[in-house]
Amino acid sequence: MSRNTGKTITIKTGLAEMLKGGVIMDVVTADQAKVAEDAGAVAVMALERVPSDIRAAGGVARMSPPELVQEIMNSVSIPVMAKCRIGHFAEAQILEAIGVDFIDESEVLTPADEDYHINKQNFKVPFVCGATCLAEALRRIGEGAALIRTKGEPGTGNIVEAVRHLREINQDIKRVCHLEDDELMTEAKDLGAPFELLRIVKEEGRLPVPNFAAGGVATPADAALCMQLGAETVFVGSGIFKSDDPAAFARAIVKATAHYDDPKMVLEASKGLGSAMTGIEIADIEDNMRMANRGW
Amino acid sequence: MSLSKPVIGVLALQGCVDRHGPHIEAAGGVFKTVKTAAQFDEVDAFILPGGESTTMLKLIDNFGLWKSLERNFRAKPVWGICAGSILLAEKVENPAQKSFGILPITVQRNGYGRQLDSYKTEIEGCEVSFIRAPVFTDIAANVEVLAKNETGPVWIRHGRNMASAFHPELSFDTPSPMHRLFIESLRA
Repeated sequence: MSRNTGKTITIKTGLAEMLKGGVIMDVVTADQAKVAEDAGAVAVMALERVPSDIRAAGGVARMSPPELVQEIMNSVSIPVMAKCRIGHFAEAQILEAIGVDFIDESEVLTPADEDYHINKQNFKVPFVCGATCLAEALRRIGEGAALIRTKGEPGTGNIVEAVRHLREINQDIKRVCHLEDDELMTEAKDLGAPFELLRIVKEEGRLPVPNFAAGGVATPADAALCMQLGAETVFVGSGIFKSDDPAAFARAIVKATAHYDDPKMVLEASKGLGSAMTGIEIADIEDNMRMANRGW
Repeated sequence: MSLSKPVIGVLALQGCVDRHGPHIEAAGGVFKTVKTAAQFDEVDAFILPGGESTTMLKLIDNFGLWKSLERNFRAKPVWGICAGSILLAEKVENPAQKSFGILPITVQRNGYGRQLDSYKTEIEGCEVSFIRAPVFTDIAANVEVLAKNETGPVWIRHGRNMASAFHPELSFDTPSPMHRLFIESLRA
């Protein structure tokens, strides 16, 4: 059998397909990674600090130390993701050399390049990128992203921005589906989205890669909401390890995600949890601290 | 068993579920996603899809589905793909974990390595992907090998049950030869 081990997009999106219907949890230690795995996480995101702590600490947020990422990779058997700064392809090269399963080119970290995102086609490891609307999603896919997630507003425990981005992408897709073929190039020009990818969206009525939710998920109900709005998996950042009882919250969010369309199961998942993380009103965040505004 | 239009239940607790739909329909089956004990009883055969085997195990346990699935797997044909094959194996390594023991095979999880070792190839003219795939390190003498590579068997059949280390469902050519064989064996 001849074997293609190259930078093929279907191998990259293939892993994203396997992660569907699950919860990907931010963890900062190997112990947290095990809690996440035990609770039924499909993958973990290895980080030095969760977004709410990054927000509180201020300063420049960078890629996590390699030793930390490796320790977490050694502690669990599920896939491990790690974040690099937007545009910081050298950080991405390091993460690929470590052998992580997915790289998140993330607005949670301080951007390294205000004009250019990473050319992700140069890598063998798959990338996930944040998007607030269809055009942004297609630009990232054009650069080689194998998975799109909403940006939401990380570290807030406030789901409003993730909902906005999910609805925005859904509405954009519906509009594109109703366009005549003759109108598509002008739409590509107006949106600033690659024409070929826009054509695929029109034909298939969906993004060309899986579409997950992230940014502000704090409760089982938040996860069920995102799934019902069309997300195929949810990322939970601060929501688990900043809650009263992380193991219980982790299990509950996993249950609500698997049974998102069954209110009785989501109800069961929501009981006896103690307090969710403390949330932040988006209007109280200064513009320069809005992570969703990073990248383009 | 002879069914004109068998209903194939794809276990939908987590993983790559929807991509089976077009393959099952093209092979003459009915695609149904199943998550509850009541739904398990309504289908003629099962596909345990790719995904994360650890996650699926936790969910099966946490949702109290083990017994009902075990009973169904002993009564109806089942095809385990990647993570699904791990759940069906008699023995699991790297690390050892609980399994249904439906197929007399030993499976090593992530036998090729991590995602960077994932690859794409062709089997019986179908483009298939090995994604953080397991290796079937040992099979009983009465297991039929349908395809192999340098690691050993990658597609096997035992009675009415089947396992593949790779993902044919990610191919856009429908139905895949694997879906065709599984569904034809139900109609025969």
